[in-house]
Amino acid sequence: MPRLVSHPDEVKVVSKRFGMGAANIDRYLELGGYDATKKCLAQGPEWIIDEMKASSLRGRGGAGFPTGLKWSFVPKQSAKPKYVLVNGDESEPGTCKDHLIFLHDPHAVIEGTIIAGLAIGAKTGFIYLRGEYRYLLEIMEKAVADAYAKGFLGKHIFGSDIEFQIITQSGAGAYEVGEESALMESLEGKRGVPRIKPPFPAVVGLYGGPTVINNAETIATVPHVIDMGGAAFAAIGSPRNGGTRLFGLSGHVARPGVYELPMGYNLKKMIYEVGGGIRGGRKLKAVVPGGSSTPVLLPEEIENLGMDFDQVGKAGSMLGSGGVVVIDDQTCIVEFALRTISFYQHESCGWCIPCREGTDWLKKSLTRFHAGYGVAKDIDNIQYLAENMLGRTFCPLGDAAAMPTLGFVKKFRKEFEEHLNGKPCPFAKHVELAVI
Amino acid sequence: MSPETMSIFSPKLAARFDALVEKYPLRRSALVPMLLYAQDEIGYLSDAVIAEIADRIGITELDVRNVATYYSMLRFKPAGKYNVQVCTNISCMLRGAYDLFERFQDELGIGHKGVTADGLFSLEEVECIGACCWAPAIQVNYDFHDDLTPQHVTGILETYRGRALAEGKM
Repeated sequence: MPRLVSHPDEVKVVSKRFGMGAANIDRYLELGGYDATKKCLAQGPEWIIDEMKASSLRGRGGAGFPTGLKWSFVPKQSAKPKYVLVNGDESEPGTCKDHLIFLHDPHAVIEGTIIAGLAIGAKTGFIYLRGEYRYLLEIMEKAVADAYAKGFLGKHIFGSDIEFQIITQSGAGAYEVGEESALMESLEGKRGVPRIKPPFPAVVGLYGGPTVINNAETIATVPHVIDMGGAAFAAIGSPRNGGTRLFGLSGHVARPGVYELPMGYNLKKMIYEVGGGIRGGRKLKAVVPGGSSTPVLLPEEIENLGMDFDQVGKAGSMLGSGGVVVIDDQTCIVEFALRTISFYQHESCGWCIPCREGTDWLKKSLTRFHAGYGVAKDIDNIQYLAENMLGRTFCPLGDAAAMPTLGFVKKFRKEFEEHLNGKPCPFAKHVELAVI
Repeated sequence: MSPETMSIFSPKLAARFDALVEKYPLRRSALVPMLLYAQDEIGYLSDAVIAEIADRIGITELDVRNVATYYSMLRFKPAGKYNVQVCTNISCMLRGAYDLFERFQDELGIGHKGVTADGLFSLEEVECIGACCWAPAIQVNYDFHDDLTPQHVTGILETYRGRALAEGKM
């Protein structure tokens, strides 16, 4: 069972019911559950969207798009049914926040889905979980069945004239399906290959109907925004970055775990105070701030870095999924880069060439390089390859592979050079990576 | 199809599939979960599994295979009764996942994608399983085990051996 952690600096909004038995619907109701949905039923769609806009809640999947704005793009009139789609395909290395949401607070996901449906005028919502999360899917399915039994879902939700149905869905192993259009393909029973955009999902999405797709954390945040009011939620965070975020501290910190901190929280403080510093008294070498696809940051770059979408963007990286991976000074960056690119090579769907070939070449180059068979021009070649993938793929997976690679090569060029000409890896540990 | 007479699945799973295909606006939306649930029961996607699923959804077997080969959890040959999946992605790697994977290899005497001779265990190195803050982590079938060291390996394997024995006696 995943361990829950706590720190005095936390502001528990989304995680406030964690560890309180809220997966049980009666307990959830005791804790104020479903009040937000009732409020939204009384207030109507425009009010909901205004509150969401006021909250400055931004997409927690990684792109950071303003949620209220996204919902407002869905056309009011549509010949085809509209849908809400919850993305619980959590697969970005370094990220395990949705894991805890599904485990501890499944009804918050249901509530958020209903509220999104009310806002855009959808009658059906889908909650898609990655296939590996079977025990969490079972928790979600139980919660959905309980909500139906209470009349919170169905033809007349809460005794109103409004219909809302929820369907849960299991994936079967695919990082790429976390991309919004690939997820729709998967849900339509196809290979998880992304669609060409435009049209965007808000206009043509699932089954060709207008669709709002949000990350599970975003959706689970929605009822809290409604409960406390958009403005109050916005006030917790930093400008244009409303509220809190579930930051996942992993890697070489003394106290890894998922901590809910206000947007804009200082990264250095997060590592040294919240996470208890680097384990074993070692030194910080680098940190990946938002899941494996975000470019690495050096210790000197995090001194005054507030963790919100804009500040991390300015620092040359991304807030991404909020998965903070901490790397100590005994780690070989070339090996870390190789493990990162191996993942993207494995997960590339193979549809567009820069990603399919680029990830493969990068993996081959880095494997050879780390094994001590690199030559000087490899370093430039790795950089050249990654630069030529950027912006040249249909979906962000190509960028997700190229961006961190560029970061490693540019910021740790010296360490790459130290591997040259048959020298063994200065950290010599695991040279061979199994071929997945 | 009438599940009692024709299905290769248990009556319970066949009934579940009957309901599943009706659940969505489009029948084939049931395809991906059906493949996984079928694999859970039969052990892998055999030709017979693919044929029946194609039939239930109303698409060709080729179409089913085309989709099935995309998803990394789906397999076309049997795995062990207990499939040990060791995550070695970055967060787990930083906390010793390769030592853990090595220990599993040594104890089981098999490598990546190997199956033990008795068919009890198979081993896989897998990508991120979403347990990064409790790393290193593994899954045995769908069970998570986290915060592991190589010292845990023997105990974990014993637990599942015991479980298999208990099932055998029942």
